[in-house]
Amino acid sequence: MSQAMFDLLLRGLNETIIMTGISGALSFLIGLPLALILVTTDRGGIFEAVAVNRILGGIVNALRSVPFIILLVALIPLTRLLVGSAIGIWAAIVPLTIAAAPYFARVAEVSLREVERPLIDAARSMGATRWTILREVLIPESLPGIVSGFTVTLVTLIGASAMAGAVGAGGLGDIAIRYGYQRFQTEVMVSVVVILIVLVCGIQWIGDWLARRIDHR
Amino acid sequence: MTEHPVVLLDHVTRRFTDMPALDDITLSIAKGEIVGLIGRSGAGKSTLIRCLNGLDKPQEGRVVIDGLDITPLSEQALQPVRRRIGMIFQHFNLLSAKTVADNVALPLKIAGVGAAARRKRVMELLDLVGLADKADTWPARLSGGQKQRVGIARALASDPLLLLSDEATSALDPETTQGVLDLLARVNRDLGVTILMITHEIEVVRQIAGRVVVLDRGRIVEEGPVARVMASPQADTTKSLLRGLSPILPRDVADRITPDGDQALIRVDVYGPDARRPLLDDIARITGRPARLVHGGLNDVQGEPYGRMFIALGTSDPDSMRRVVAALSPKTTAIEVLGHVPGDV
Repeated sequence: MSQAMFDLLLRGLNETIIMTGISGALSFLIGLPLALILVTTDRGGIFEAVAVNRILGGIVNALRSVPFIILLVALIPLTRLLVGSAIGIWAAIVPLTIAAAPYFARVAEVSLREVERPLIDAARSMGATRWTILREVLIPESLPGIVSGFTVTLVTLIGASAMAGAVGAGGLGDIAIRYGYQRFQTEVMVSVVVILIVLVCGIQWIGDWLARRIDHR
Repeated sequence: MTEHPVVLLDHVTRRFTDMPALDDITLSIAKGEIVGLIGRSGAGKSTLIRCLNGLDKPQEGRVVIDGLDITPLSEQALQPVRRRIGMIFQHFNLLSAKTVADNVALPLKIAGVGAAARRKRVMELLDLVGLADKADTWPARLSGGQKQRVGIARALASDPLLLLSDEATSALDPETTQGVLDLLARVNRDLGVTILMITHEIEVVRQIAGRVVVLDRGRIVEEGPVARVMASPQADTTKSLLRGLSPILPRDVADRITPDGDQALIRVDVYGPDARRPLLDDIARITGRPARLVHGGLNDVQGEPYGRMFIALGTSDPDSMRRVVAALSPKTTAIEVLGHVPGDV
């Protein structure tokens, strides 16, 4: 493999990591509060507000129904508005985040719902405020599941970021398509796939390790 | 001014859809009491205990805690009241993501106690329940009995005036149950904490409660000092809950009871000092024939003996029988002629 090709792959890896990392972090910051709202505003929740819950749930479902490639194109005006351009890494981060945040919200929601009602009642019986219940019970008790869910979200994001190559975002997926597929450079294709496998395995391994470490159930 | 009760339920009714879970409950618990609330599952025990700290609200009636009517209070207004009521649970409800010490510290954190004071108080509490060496352990590593001790330490953290126990020993084996009950009795005696324990196990009530309240389909069907209620239960629910505890006639003896026969068989229920009387001797003196204990036994409720005995009179003479029943009636809780049995049972 030529030095140029090596540099190309390295740049692609770098771009993939940046896209995944930033949109992952944003998805976490948006998705977790979203999940908390979805769980706590539901009927019987500690911040019960069923109307809010239904509307938010509907928006999340709608966003999750749109295929990512369509979302990518449909969001171009919003992307332009937010980052001033519809191409490049930052242009990809907008649709990636908007696709991944609702996804992660639903995954985190499942973990949050697994916190049993009696545990919440126990905290209420101690005179805990709703915020204390959130901080001391709901989040810590579901954290192992949330970490596992975030790992899944990150892996999904890596896959989606490959598609973002379609808007000129770069990244490994873009290289695989342009060099490996369109120019029949099999070694590029194989290299990209191998790098992606290693990346995904690495993320999964770290996520599993972290989830295990904080799980004391 | 007389001291007001710690708990006062005033004609409390709680309905779920149409079914009343609590039906016109009136109950008062004085400071320092241990009250056992017993009933079958579905009798409304859990609903009652949840009404006491506002986790549930009655549609009618008042719930008064230490003089304060909590019925109209909002969730926020209830919080300071709840901080004065400890609660322990059948399944412990410890937080898995917190160490033993942090679990016990949670009520203190909620009450705004500083970290240093918290740490000190937590160690005192863990000492009290005999788990000082487990402070930094995760709850998942503890046995059931140890978990409940942590639960008790946590419930006592904010110096509650009332401790609610929701089937706290129902998930524990008999030996562990004993340890937890001893601890609760000690907490009541040494710290003066009023305890309301709900259970379906009459044995738990017998061991530590002073007063028992029997609940059936949302109503109080019987109430009184444990020894009195156990010795002479009035309500059918109480009788059936007590069934396992009183001796019953063995099958082979019961099968041989006939309307006529060699010897009359009577059942005698005794309670208190009467349980110590030389009953067989009393009977023998009346009938002039030796009386025989066929089956039975004594038990005790906080030092008060109570029991049930099946006695063969040694005669079938109706006149002797009548005189025995007449003579023993004032000295026993219940006496009944069951029939006749052959002389060899």
